[in-house]
Amino acid sequence: MAAGPMRIRAKIDGETVNVRALMSHPMETGLRKDSSGNTIPAHYITEVTASVNGKTVLTAEWSGAISTNPYFEFDVKAKAGDKITLKWVDNKGESKEETIEVK
Amino acid sequence: MQRREVLKAGVGLGVFGTLIASGLVQPRLAHAARQMENAFQAKSLEEALKAVGASGAAASNDIVLTAPDIAENGAVVPIELESKLPNTEMIALFVEKNPNALSAVFHFTPEALPRVKTRVKMGQSSDVVAVVKAGGKYYMTKKEVKVTLGGCGG
Repeated sequence: MAAGPMRIRAKIDGETVNVRALMSHPMETGLRKDSSGNTIPAHYITEVTASVNGKTVLTAEWSGAISTNPYFEFDVKAKAGDKITLKWVDNKGESKEETIEVK
Repeated sequence: MQRREVLKAGVGLGVFGTLIASGLVQPRLAHAARQMENAFQAKSLEEALKAVGASGAAASNDIVLTAPDIAENGAVVPIELESKLPNTEMIALFVEKNPNALSAVFHFTPEALPRVKTRVKMGQSSDVVAVVKAGGKYYMTKKEVKVTLGGCGG
């Protein structure tokens, strides 16, 4: 399974904005074997960066223990009109970035 | 001009490839820029806590670790982590009985609230441990999650 698109929702909650993201990624640990007994190579997101108007506010370091098609929810200080960007990088150097404007 | 840049890029990749082939640069390290790489490589909870710098973290009731008592599917175990400790810089999540205990590390700036929600894989019933670094000190809490069907098998 290849890495696919990312879906983000941002909802204003008083002074902060609640962000919920669903990433499309196999998150292979590198410990599983296929039906013929061959090890399935590791392929997982290693870093996630959240930024508001281009400024990094939260970073996450992940292992292959995060579930397939990762769900990630967090809260940042932001307001209507701000742009929230979420970017991930995986152990193969692939990356995906998505930006949402707070409404 | 364009051709020259393409050539330059090609040479750059060539050198990098040689470094990988010669073993000077490990492909894994070449991409994984994780600060906590050593802690992620650690097997046991004890080793991982040590690698994070959190050995001897004090138990705290100001860390909220929300996870199900019983997870029917170990492949998708919802976890919520929240720190009520002032100046929280980091929250790390460990699953004691997974092959590598450290699952995730979250770094917060003052522009983000110290609360995250995600889903993790659990191979078997285990303690889930949350470690918080706040004001330069380490705190922890844990919760046992019983897994009906493991999430790391093939």
